[in-house]
Amino acid sequence: MIPPGFDYHAPRSVADAIKLLGSLGPDAKLLAGGHSLLPMMKLRFAQPAHLIDLNRIDALRGIREDGNTIVIGAMTVERDLIGSKLLQAKLPLLPDAARQIADPQVRNRGTIGGDIAHGDPGNDHPAISIALDATFVLEGPKGQRQVRADGFFQGTYMTDMAEDEILVEIRVPAFAPKTGSAYEKLKRKTGDWATAAAAVVLRIDGGVVSHARIALTNLAPTALRAVDAEAALLGKPLSDATIQDAAAKAMAICDPADDLRGDRDYKTAMAGQMVQRAIAKAAARCQ
Amino acid sequence: MGKQLVTLKLNGKRVEKAVEPRTLLVHFLREDCHLTGAHIGCETSHCGACTVDIDGESVKSCTHLALQCEGAEVLTVEGLAQGAVLHAVQEGFYKEHGLQCGFCTPGMLMRAYRFLQENPNPSEEEIRAGMSGNLCRCTGYQNIVKAVQYAAAKLQQTEKVAA
Amino acid sequence: MNAPTDPKLLERSAALQGLGDSRLRKEDARFIQGKGNYVDDIKMPGMLHMDIVRSPLAHARIKRIDKSEALKIPGVIAVLTADDLKPLKLHWMPTLAGDVAAVLADEKVHFQMQEVAVVIAEDRYAAADGVEAVIVEYEELPVLIDPHKALLPDAPVLREDLAGKTEGAHGKRDHHNHIFTWDAGDKAAADAVFASAPVTLKEHIFYPRVHPCPLETCGCVASFDPVRGELVTYITSQAPHVVRTVVSLLSGLPESKIRIVSPDIGGGFGNKVGIYPGYVCAIVASIVLGKPVKWIEDRIENISSTAFARDYHMDGEIAATADGKILGLRVNVLADHGAFDACADPTKYPAGMFHICSGSYDIPAAYCSVKGVYTNKAPGGVAYRCSFRVTEAVYVIERLVDILAQKLGMDKAEIRAKNFIRKEQFPYTSAFGFEYDSGDYQTALDKVLHACDYKGLRAEQAQKRADPAAKTLMGIGLATFTEVVGAGPSKMCDILGVGMFDSCEIRIHPTGSAIARMGTITQGQGHQTTYAQIIATELGIPSEVIQVEEGDTSTAPYGLGTYGSRSTPVAGAAIALAARKIHAKARKIAAHLLEVGENDLDWEIDRFKVKGDDAKFKTMKDISWAAYNQPPPGLEPGLEAVHYYDPPNFTFPFGIYLCVVDIDRGTGETKVRRFYALDDCGTRINPMIIEGQIHGGLTEGYAVAMGQQMPFDAQGNLLGNTLMDYFLPTFVETPHWETDHTVTPSPHHPIGAKGVAESPHVGSIPTFTSAVVDAFAHLGVKHMVMPHSAYRVWQQLKASGVAL
Repeated sequence: MIPPGFDYHAPRSVADAIKLLGSLGPDAKLLAGGHSLLPMMKLRFAQPAHLIDLNRIDALRGIREDGNTIVIGAMTVERDLIGSKLLQAKLPLLPDAARQIADPQVRNRGTIGGDIAHGDPGNDHPAISIALDATFVLEGPKGQRQVRADGFFQGTYMTDMAEDEILVEIRVPAFAPKTGSAYEKLKRKTGDWATAAAAVVLRIDGGVVSHARIALTNLAPTALRAVDAEAALLGKPLSDATIQDAAAKAMAICDPADDLRGDRDYKTAMAGQMVQRAIAKAAARCQ
Repeated sequence: MGKQLVTLKLNGKRVEKAVEPRTLLVHFLREDCHLTGAHIGCETSHCGACTVDIDGESVKSCTHLALQCEGAEVLTVEGLAQGAVLHAVQEGFYKEHGLQCGFCTPGMLMRAYRFLQENPNPSEEEIRAGMSGNLCRCTGYQNIVKAVQYAAAKLQQTEKVAA
Repeated sequence: MNAPTDPKLLERSAALQGLGDSRLRKEDARFIQGKGNYVDDIKMPGMLHMDIVRSPLAHARIKRIDKSEALKIPGVIAVLTADDLKPLKLHWMPTLAGDVAAVLADEKVHFQMQEVAVVIAEDRYAAADGVEAVIVEYEELPVLIDPHKALLPDAPVLREDLAGKTEGAHGKRDHHNHIFTWDAGDKAAADAVFASAPVTLKEHIFYPRVHPCPLETCGCVASFDPVRGELVTYITSQAPHVVRTVVSLLSGLPESKIRIVSPDIGGGFGNKVGIYPGYVCAIVASIVLGKPVKWIEDRIENISSTAFARDYHMDGEIAATADGKILGLRVNVLADHGAFDACADPTKYPAGMFHICSGSYDIPAAYCSVKGVYTNKAPGGVAYRCSFRVTEAVYVIERLVDILAQKLGMDKAEIRAKNFIRKEQFPYTSAFGFEYDSGDYQTALDKVLHACDYKGLRAEQAQKRADPAAKTLMGIGLATFTEVVGAGPSKMCDILGVGMFDSCEIRIHPTGSAIARMGTITQGQGHQTTYAQIIATELGIPSEVIQVEEGDTSTAPYGLGTYGSRSTPVAGAAIALAARKIHAKARKIAAHLLEVGENDLDWEIDRFKVKGDDAKFKTMKDISWAAYNQPPPGLEPGLEAVHYYDPPNFTFPFGIYLCVVDIDRGTGETKVRRFYALDDCGTRINPMIIEGQIHGGLTEGYAVAMGQQMPFDAQGNLLGNTLMDYFLPTFVETPHWETDHTVTPSPHHPIGAKGVAESPHVGSIPTFTSAVVDAFAHLGVKHMVMPHSAYRVWQQLKASGVAL
């Protein structure tokens, strides 16, 4: 219940945060929403000597348009993703999925950036980012670089982000017209991580699927992009057969851990269920 | 790891204290400020018994450092009533038997207080989703839903009268 | 008493807010303003904090404990181990079940998270740091997790402290891991029935281990005053007087110098009956250091080390005629008690009231036996709204009756009705010797089946079963249960030799208000309100001005506490009878004031009236004043009474529950479409409070049936001991509850009340299983083991070939 002692820093700018991260080194951890890190510290699974609180950096918050790209500050909290009229109009998958994360209090503090950067396979935003073709903007002492979400996640708690970098922005191309999306998340109860979840983005042009992204949460050491499942839908009309095929191909790449949510068989089967349901819902929303 | 000063507004009053950085807000409230309304029911941020209101948002005070409240306005259950006049949510819980042992109640009240400002006219489903960060073992939630509905109606009445 | 019809009388009666009134609660004011007084709210000058070093291993020898690093931490004052408790002979303590339990692990640990050492520090943060710094070296021992392996010849030896002890508290022990074997009923008669019955069946019914998990964890503030030689301890206890007696026996301090206070308690559910090592260590620390010591456990500690519930492996058999008349019942149980038998059962009943397992049915021959064994798990078994193993008993009989119905192709409501104890048979003595006080099961069943349109539901189910494209499986569950509560008659029920009576003292003040104290302690059941309501109706004083206090052993009369739904049956009776003593004296005073004979008076709601002269009366207010000013000659001044009530019998509340579920064939998720709960608890003191208790008990039942579990791996690691995994449903998962009632008063209870708060838990759990299994019944499934999580139900969908 009681975290070990640490020094607390609350920089007001990204530059200051990066400086601190550099000077304090691996003994320092970034504090975003705190609802992954603080519980770990209270159980003494994490014992950083320094916490760098990012919550005072206004530049890291906010949702704006940059041409056809939606730019989301990494410290934007889940509640603001849900309430954003811009996202509801241009990227409804985000508010849709954010509503299914944790509970109302946690959503007031939990950030999209924290959810991504932590590298926890149970978190939802990695798969959502993959399905959205998002790009992450990382900033370090040498400046900024951009990394595609698809490929960023390398293993459990392992991402492409260097120890001296901070995730500052998530850049997402706005949905083209007639795009439908859905996030189907099976969980044991409100607030739980996914037993299995699927993020689907679809576009149907002239009766044929012209764009498909399918990404999976908590079914492997990282979020997965189900490329073969996408191919099973592309270029054809959507049908029960193609949906079943996509689901089977998604199941084929799953590598879930046995745990109290279920064994590998169950979770893999649920991946199939969530993919099917998400495709059906996304298709219905292709207006 | 030495103590740092934190200054905040707590139930309308300015408070300034020196705390260890690791001091959780819930302990700061209960031990340093002697406000024992916020309760501790778990250490994994699930139960919501510690819920308070920070700068207009419901926050689990067990997952928040006291230092993070620098310059913030914090409202706890002790600050809900205006003198002898109970807030509508408090009245609702009393009238609709929305509590039994009372341990979850402060957290429930603080969440209901903020929830009804976010959604003044909620459906039952919205109440259940909106309050889903607060656990109760005694009531089975059904009367708490009624309590929140009572408060919603009363607040809307009060608004009508005021308008 | 009959309700008045005259509007003036109705008004006077309503003004009392007495028995039967859904009056709002008197205790709410402090809770809704954050001014409750729970143990962790208590601060005393100079108070220290205690935290506990716990074993990561389930079975190991302790090679070495090194306190030195911990003692260097700023703020840490002391570290205590079993060696420090040995000179006080407190390293082991007696349990309520006649066993002994380690206070701090003495040379070996027996379960994961067992207490090994305590750290006392100036604040809780330093205490936590201290715990991390204590170094303990262990040598692992083979772990025993499966109770079925406990009695094998080569099973690991757990209780070296019991070496050579072939007699336990409950009879012979014939293996080092054997605790007791207990039985009830008539084995020969039952065996004879089974030998000749046309239909018999046997089913293994496992009731998995779960944990009550009240929102407030356990803790205490112990404060020994070395100047006065007096100990006060604020404690999360459902039985403060028992704690005082035990502390006196353990410490040598007389009870007169010990004050135990149960302040506001954030839920008990049986988790707060036993005496935990944390309490003992805090008390010892306070005595040794001469300062108050607070100990509050974490949630993980609570789930991992405090009183768990159930873990009964039951082999149930039922014998019947071909047309469904039950002839006999046999149940043999293997009980996993963990490392120490710390169960809080009445002494003579190591399996509690398990022998209520013949249920609501007229079964001529029955036998049950329970064998308790040790394993490397936390101690316990009796907790969680169980009424002393009634949860297990009702579960086994309701499952067996369902399975019998299925075997015979009978409707499950029909077979129950066929076997009900009939109204005319009460008081009814069961084959196990319980004398059921009253019941009318048929009326209640008819009411529920009608309210739920049972026929319509079965028709809908048949339709759905015929549709291969249906995406869900529909199930209808039923339970018709009787439970036994109100422990209990002292010739049968005692805790550590103290009979299970309960008590009440009432004192009326000169100006007509009153104070009353009882030997029970509310943990959310609303005693401050309901007890006042009983007195209000007995004495004609508004409940609003009757102050009820419980929990302070220095002021409250001795009682055995609140658990097993005993408060209303036992303390409630004591309250009524104490009030009647006052009522009798009040009559004498009224007669004196009105200058008539006692028999010339009628009692009407709140006053004594002279027969035939409405204008001549004295209210309780008049009488109260007179009691202090002009008592009749020969009577002492004052107006008070105390009553200790030794109940003549248990009480037998009952219920009929019906549940409709729809199971998602793709995911295994179960949606509860409808849950209808009819309860009969006899006289209803406050319908609003009863309904709240029912909602709560049903919700806890839902949690048990649908998701709670405490899985152990082969090394004895308890998996899922946080609220991430331990299933506490939120607002979103919890179904909507419909409640109903009938009223069949208990003939032996002064106000006819039976107790109710555990019934919804006892009865709902088999109802949920009944519903989930019913969804698969047409596919030949007879039984499914709880919890019915989506994952586990999906496995049944796969096995039955109907998973999507």
